[in-house]
Amino acid sequence: MKVLVAVKQVIDHNVRIRLKGDKSAVETDNVKLSINPFDEIAVEEAVRLKEKGTASEVIAVSIGTKNVEEVLRSALAMGADKAILVNTDMKLDSLGVAKILAKIGEREQPSLYLLGKQSIDRDANQTPQMLAALLNASQGTYINEIAFDNNRAVITREIDGGMETLSLSLPAVVSSDLRLNEPRFIKLPSIMQARRKPLEVIELDSLGCTIRLKTKVEALREPEGRKAGVMVTSVEELVNKLKHEAKVI
Amino acid sequence: MKVLVIAEHNNDAILHSTLHAVTAAQALGEVTLLVAGFQQEKAVEVASKIAGVNHVISVNAEHYQHQLPEELAPLVASLKGQYGAFTATASVFGKNLMPRIAALMDVSQISDITKIVNANTFEHPIYAGNVIETISTTEETLVLTFRSTAFEASAVEGGNANVVNMDAIAVTNLTQFVSANLTKSDRPELGQAKVIVSGGRALQSKDQFETLLTPLADKLNAAIGASRAAVDSGFVANDYQVGQTGKIVAPELYLALGISGAIQHIAGMQGSKVIVAINKDPDAAIFKIADYGLVGDLFEIIPQLTEQL
Repeated sequence: MKVLVAVKQVIDHNVRIRLKGDKSAVETDNVKLSINPFDEIAVEEAVRLKEKGTASEVIAVSIGTKNVEEVLRSALAMGADKAILVNTDMKLDSLGVAKILAKIGEREQPSLYLLGKQSIDRDANQTPQMLAALLNASQGTYINEIAFDNNRAVITREIDGGMETLSLSLPAVVSSDLRLNEPRFIKLPSIMQARRKPLEVIELDSLGCTIRLKTKVEALREPEGRKAGVMVTSVEELVNKLKHEAKVI
Repeated sequence: MKVLVIAEHNNDAILHSTLHAVTAAQALGEVTLLVAGFQQEKAVEVASKIAGVNHVISVNAEHYQHQLPEELAPLVASLKGQYGAFTATASVFGKNLMPRIAALMDVSQISDITKIVNANTFEHPIYAGNVIETISTTEETLVLTFRSTAFEASAVEGGNANVVNMDAIAVTNLTQFVSANLTKSDRPELGQAKVIVSGGRALQSKDQFETLLTPLADKLNAAIGASRAAVDSGFVANDYQVGQTGKIVAPELYLALGISGAIQHIAGMQGSKVIVAINKDPDAAIFKIADYGLVGDLFEIIPQLTEQL
């Protein structure tokens, strides 16, 4: 079974986000970039499926300029077999990304598409569901467990109020929640090996996707800051303030 | 504009989450609520009484019983052209379903809207709530999800919508529902609670988490929440998690107990009216956003607090 895993390069989750002086964009100069944490979990799961003998090949895909090669090399170092970089400097939304991934899917014919449930920059939480729609495939979002049985994927997903188990026909698109697994630490020899693994660059124009961006960012701002609070020194003082000052209890 | 809200329901009742989307949708135009399910007459009845709902569409078929997106999305997409906007609350249900609908309609979606600026311009948080983006769209059909904490819930009584039946469309059979395992609790729902008592890893064990937090939550009639660290340590189930990847909450009072205040946690609770932080580390990031902070040992302070309330 072939597994396709999509990865995105984002500002590292530990970085404190700042807007540029003119508020036109988020500051990315000299800011640490990493693989989106949910995508890292997706790669880990794909590699575990290969180690179990369920997956025969793991292909990592990313979209962007040459710079995103770095996250593909990380995926290869974690154990993906080959990588595809769809080269474009176009601004894309989730629908655009889903259309590109669907085209790559047509070419590679994977049985399973593994994606992160959301990217920590846009927080849109759309691409996996859109990809599933475009492929007319089953979707298993926010999964924390996956198993295979009789050419179907049985997934457990995190829902409001608990968990849900679904049986998906293949090919299926699944998106990882945080608790799916603990991604491995990449060792130096794996990084060296990853440099020798195939990384194919495909120009977006050659895929024949019709991509248009119908949304426009009008403005960015920081959220209203919270007023500095006070420190209290005892439980009595806290209870007193909550009762008489904040009046919330 | 005519606006369709897709109802989240359990065939007997409309879930509270849907009421927020109804309020948001009213700001855009005339509201129709779609209740697609199986033997969902009771839910339809409840839907028709919700304040602000003008019309209810009822679709009854066995393949809508679990409201799987594989079955619901083509049904909703078949209504393209009849409504200016297709909307839902950004609950797990809405997040799962709406992008599938958008892609079938070949439309971009705007997620997790916190403010309607005008009929095609919206505000929503990005980067874990650290940036608020104003985004406009030129799509003729809008597909939108609304953040529940940013819009009041519509009243469950007071409406008098007309109900029309609509035929189901063919089953896709792509996905089969197997089972659901819901966390049972008598407490207020996390997303709706006026007070939330939330614990972190500092509580050290499942036993201590329960022993310390349960009496306090009982006293305050509060919901119990948790940081990711507490969930990962197995103290509580994952649906208790507050944060960027868990639930977004905005109660009157949020008590953060032994929670350091990582960016991802703050993203889920910074809209709370009053935040109280209790932590033994005076440098914990949570104190930067807390209205009231108390430095000290949780194992002494929480029982004292419970007693004094």
